[in-house]
Amino acid sequence: MLEIRNLVKSFGGVKATNDVSLDFPDGSLTAVIGPNGAGKSTFFNLITGALEPDFGQVLLDGVDLAGRSPPEIVRHGIGRAFQVASIFKSLTVEETMLAAVSADQRTSAVLHKRFPLPEMRDRAEHVMELLGLAGKRHRTAATLSHGDQKLLDIALALVLEPKVLLLDEPTAGMGPEERWRMIDKVRELWESQKITVVFIEHDMDIVFKIAPKIVVLCYGRILATGTPDEIRNDSAVIDAYLGTEHAGAAA
Amino acid sequence: MTEPEAGRAQTLVPARNGAALQRYRDVLIALIAFAVLASLPLFTGSKALLDFVIRCSAYGLFATSLNLLVGYTGLTSFGHGMFFGLGAYSFGLIMQKLGVPIPVAFVATLAITAVVAAIIGAICVRLKEIYFAFVTLAFQMLIHSTILSWASFTGGDQGLRGGIPRPASLGIHLSNHVHLYVTSCALLILGLLAMRQIAQSPFGYTLRMIRDNAARASFLGIDVWRAKLTVFVLAALFASMGGMVMALFVSGAYPEFAYWTISGEAIFINMLGGVSTFLGPMVGTVLLLLLNDTVTRFTEYHGIVLGVVILFFALGLRKGLLDFVAEWYAHRRETGEGR
Repeated sequence: MLEIRNLVKSFGGVKATNDVSLDFPDGSLTAVIGPNGAGKSTFFNLITGALEPDFGQVLLDGVDLAGRSPPEIVRHGIGRAFQVASIFKSLTVEETMLAAVSADQRTSAVLHKRFPLPEMRDRAEHVMELLGLAGKRHRTAATLSHGDQKLLDIALALVLEPKVLLLDEPTAGMGPEERWRMIDKVRELWESQKITVVFIEHDMDIVFKIAPKIVVLCYGRILATGTPDEIRNDSAVIDAYLGTEHAGAAA
Repeated sequence: MTEPEAGRAQTLVPARNGAALQRYRDVLIALIAFAVLASLPLFTGSKALLDFVIRCSAYGLFATSLNLLVGYTGLTSFGHGMFFGLGAYSFGLIMQKLGVPIPVAFVATLAITAVVAAIIGAICVRLKEIYFAFVTLAFQMLIHSTILSWASFTGGDQGLRGGIPRPASLGIHLSNHVHLYVTSCALLILGLLAMRQIAQSPFGYTLRMIRDNAARASFLGIDVWRAKLTVFVLAALFASMGGMVMALFVSGAYPEFAYWTISGEAIFINMLGGVSTFLGPMVGTVLLLLLNDTVTRFTEYHGIVLGVVILFFALGLRKGLLDFVAEWYAHRRETGEGR
């Protein structure tokens, strides 16, 4: 279980994350929404070690990871994918997967053997199949389509076999149809891999359709948490964010 | 040994033992190359040709080691020549002052290089791009001026004079020209094979990840700083080897070996030959030395000619010669498959 306790992060006078406490039970799927500048990405950066919190705890199965380095946090089982696909542009899909497994198996400093080691194969193969990238294994990452690059980014996080997977806007920059394909994929992964998934998303239709639980951030604070129905009818959320259109549609 | 070729080899053979086969292929190529080079004295009495190959060995080891930093890791060092100079001077001084057998001096020089590179690397590899380039350059200047000003120990601007003693050991007489030649070739081939192994190891792929996207690599659990420091030290060792071959060849060591222009030459060699293939710098070495030797014979303004060639490669082609060949080859293969 991932527990966030009283997390605080300020930039100058701005509190980008202001006393956030949340629980993400094992195997849950949660969407994080909020207007631009609500502190969603900062929240992810604090959990994954890209930023050091000023105060508070990030507990994964009771171990406090707040303030530790990204490699350490990854090794404890929190993986992430990025808003702008963060990949290795000159490596092929297959090399990318194998090299990530190598990092996880702690063979990334091995000098005397040839890459790839046989024991890297199965996991890399499995995740490529899972994300439908197996047919593009010999393509260089830079030549992939935008959608496939996002999938490769998620595959990179997934191949480490994390307990918690954080997805920063998996559908960013995609057309409507591609968005749905991507989010179906995310849901499918969540169901088949039995991992905790937290994702940031802007498209309300997507969020209300697939996320069993929603967290609304606003000015670094938690505005509301709950099921899609609860969020849709929450007056604070309607005022701050949704406007009346969605509320009207729900009524 | 270009990467496109390596990719093809992997698709042709069953995936599981492809990596092992690739290693056998590399060793085979190395053995053939060594056999060809080593038998050269049987066919020609030309001392100039053998000298040329010895110089290629020294510069080739040095330039290829720089490619481990520039091409594979994305660390552009402007001071890599300091380890070439350090190798030449350490080896020369140990032989002159201590009179130990050559293999002992060889290993001791590598050890000294490793320690110095670890200290300098620990300071430099945290720095980003241009800062890394300039701080490595600063260290190079520091070593160069130390050599110049510590004249009682290093001979100052006169260099290590009086020749480096080359006693026979293990049945190898390095004062004999052919023995020196074969030893240089052997060091070159062994060094290249070792660097090829580093480039194709899991660590080599860690370096590629760092070059492409260091932040992402750290989110996969890689200690980027440690990997960069490791490759910095490894590259320094091979540069130092190149320096030792040079010291043996000229039987001395001179401040120019540690001057910043030697780093510049290595960068130039990498631009000439190309950094996207393993053997690019080796091709660049042969090209540069050939250019140097022929151009200086015809004109005293060889600097201008070399400058024009650099501009042609840097601005005209925007890649090295072997990059060009590799791309052409990959393109031909693609269109061939399409048919």
